[in-house]
Amino acid sequence: MSALPVTVIGGYLGAGKTTLVNHLLRHAGGRRLAVLVNEFGTLPIDADLIEAEGDTLISIAGGCVCCSFGNDLTAALMQMRQLDPRPDHVLIESSGVAIPGSIMATAALLAEVRCDGVVVLADAGDIRRAFDDPYIGDTIARQLAQADIVILNKMDLAPEPPETLTAWVAAQAPGAAVVPCRDAQVPAEVVIGLGPHPVEAHAHAHDHADGLFESIVLTPAASEDAAGLARQIATGPYGVVRAKGWLRTPEGMALIQVAGRQGTATPASPESREGLVCIGLKGQLDIAALHALAARETASG
Amino acid sequence: MAGTTIYSAKTILTMNPARPRATHVAVREGRILGAGTLEELAGWGDYTLDERFADKVLMPGLVEGHAHTSEGSLWRYTYLGWFDRMDPAGKTWDGLKTIDAVLERLREAEGQLSGDTPLCGWGLDPIYMDNQRVNRQHLDQVSATRPIGVMHASGHILNVNTKALELAGLMKPGVNHPGIPLGPDGYPTGELKGPDVMTPVGPHVGFDRSLMDCDEMGLRDFAKLCVRTGVTTVTDLASRLEPETVEMMLRVTGEETYPARVVPLRFFLGLPPKELVAEVVRLKALATDRCRLGRIKVVADGSIQGFSARLKWPGYYNGAPNGLWYVAPEQMAEIYERALEAGVQVHTHTNGDQATELALDMLAPALMKHPSRDHRFTLQHCQLADAAQFRRMKALGMCVNLFANHHYYWGDEHYRLTVGPERATRMNACRTALEQGVPMTIHSDAPVTPLGPLFTAWAAVNRITASGRVQGEHERIGVDDALWAVTMGAAYTLHLDGEVGSIETGKRADFAVLEQDPTTVEPMALKDVPVWGTVQGGRVFAASAI
Ligand SMILES: [Zn+2]
Repeated sequence: MSALPVTVIGGYLGAGKTTLVNHLLRHAGGRRLAVLVNEFGTLPIDADLIEAEGDTLISIAGGCVCCSFGNDLTAALMQMRQLDPRPDHVLIESSGVAIPGSIMATAALLAEVRCDGVVVLADAGDIRRAFDDPYIGDTIARQLAQADIVILNKMDLAPEPPETLTAWVAAQAPGAAVVPCRDAQVPAEVVIGLGPHPVEAHAHAHDHADGLFESIVLTPAASEDAAGLARQIATGPYGVVRAKGWLRTPEGMALIQVAGRQGTATPASPESREGLVCIGLKGQLDIAALHALAARETASG
Repeated sequence: MAGTTIYSAKTILTMNPARPRATHVAVREGRILGAGTLEELAGWGDYTLDERFADKVLMPGLVEGHAHTSEGSLWRYTYLGWFDRMDPAGKTWDGLKTIDAVLERLREAEGQLSGDTPLCGWGLDPIYMDNQRVNRQHLDQVSATRPIGVMHASGHILNVNTKALELAGLMKPGVNHPGIPLGPDGYPTGELKGPDVMTPVGPHVGFDRSLMDCDEMGLRDFAKLCVRTGVTTVTDLASRLEPETVEMMLRVTGEETYPARVVPLRFFLGLPPKELVAEVVRLKALATDRCRLGRIKVVADGSIQGFSARLKWPGYYNGAPNGLWYVAPEQMAEIYERALEAGVQVHTHTNGDQATELALDMLAPALMKHPSRDHRFTLQHCQLADAAQFRRMKALGMCVNLFANHHYYWGDEHYRLTVGPERATRMNACRTALEQGVPMTIHSDAPVTPLGPLFTAWAAVNRITASGRVQGEHERIGVDDALWAVTMGAAYTLHLDGEVGSIETGKRADFAVLEQDPTTVEPMALKDVPVWGTVQGGRVFAASAI
């Protein structure tokens, strides 16, 4: 059985974690999501999405589930693995004062788990004040510092020019791609990555009504160094927030995955379909440079 | 009419300032008719004179305001601490001074286990052994085939052997987690730091349930420790109080021979504030004399020695980053408001001074919304509070329960490493609390340190650390104040001061039966005053017979 992809969704109270989770559940694109929530707080699922409430598990439309992990995240993740049918992706919604990076480190202790990314929400209207708050400022700083993707939510409430605020957040989260938005309206592929069929998902990407993101398919036929390519895409000036796809290497097929500034390559099955989908904000995704990068890769590979 | 028993004693310390000493106490229906001379008490009518305590000293049953009944459960594991410690059966286990001695005791315990039962130890504290590290190779010498887990005294570190790591799937190179140090071979050393990494491995070494919640046997064993230490009322300071736990606690404490009054507090996690308060109101209605449900425990931060407590500027002495919040300010504020509105008491764990500041800051506006004149919200541990914070506690009507035992066990560490000399010297500021007029008690936090209010009183009176230094002379309190703190002081923090805490007319017939008078022994000998047992609700419990 393949490893279970896990995304941690963190951020302080009021940043929009629950809104985002519900948005993802409504736009899961056929993926069965399992939402693990910390014990504290009200039920984070919109009532119209709930199909049945059990003792420990809530069934959600589209084959999704939600359960609380209390103080034992490991046990909850094991339980998710044993569900039949198994969820395609696990979202861990962390509490407002938790350090999402620490939660991911714990989840990663399980061999059967793949760390998909640490996504931290920030409230554009409040983040500057909260960052200076003597009680919670350093907690928020730690949350941002460990993020792969920062969703800068509620941009309509930002008290300063969007570019200024986004640049400031990017400076606090040097390891992250920063995605400004309103009402946590971010495509699922940005938050939890592209599903099992990224190229097909790309074909439907124009369905996203918001129109804030775009995606391209790169087809470097081969690469000498898939891991190096993954890192370049993640850390280079290409504006990529998420990427996923396969290419040939001298060792066989490799799966490349990018979440913010994290890029990895892992061995994949020989039947994998070639092609690498990259998603970024419209206007920031440097399509020409990415194609040039792919061409260089093909030439050297 | 129910019978009256009059007990004679060598002396009776009543904690009733109008009549501080007596020679006799009359008991009827589990309550105190009065304390005085035999002639005075004879006025109540027919009585039976019981002289079994004629050469003993009676004082009010001791009240422990911060303990966890899980101490009872821990004794099913092998004790490995540095200090001598008494188990529920009354056996005192010698403290272990070397790693070899620790391994030897584990080997003895291992020899008595059958099958593949895991071997569990607890109470290890390498601080006293020059911080020598215990690793999986040490524990592998005890057994390479049986999973072994050893919990540290602090509760923050678990040592396991190779077998346990294998069972947990962690016996591999490249594990990347701040709580899992790796050895030179790239494999985990077997040291697991913090609940995040202890929880996944715990079940494989027998720590398979939350150590926060008691089980039936643990609850019974804990009560034996109460009798042996003179305790008649004890808190269980944070339980999740699941329905089956509540049912069990009500049933066990309701048994005719259960010797203690247990005050379980509902841990705040698991329910949003509104439902939490409603649940505790519901629990309150189930309360019985010996199971006083109906209070909330909030945890604001971590521990100072674990560097997870929240400190104000300038933070940790060794430069460690500030600690962690376990509750968001908004959540704390909402719990406070709703609890005040519903008349539910909240006890809040604050170790660092910034956590204490937060609790003060959140309670002040909540009280403006719901003025509650007798809320007695209590700060638990509150180890680093400064004088200004005590003044605010007083102004807000708060109580404080200071961790006097901690000063003895870890005071040297705080001086040297965590908060530095100046703040270590004023930690657990009992005298400041009293001078500022904050209702105060002191505690053991058993199982973190052993249950024993006379020891706790000794720690507050002498402020000696484990290395033998007096640390913070100025914050020492007198024996009378310390004895008040572990009786009336603790009762006050639980709204039980009208019922227990002193020996006077109308109160519960709860006595600590001592072999010596704690007010006449040397202050340095306070901890050594032998406890014969207790009287709880008029029922006599000899430590030798439980
Ligand atoms: Zn405690």
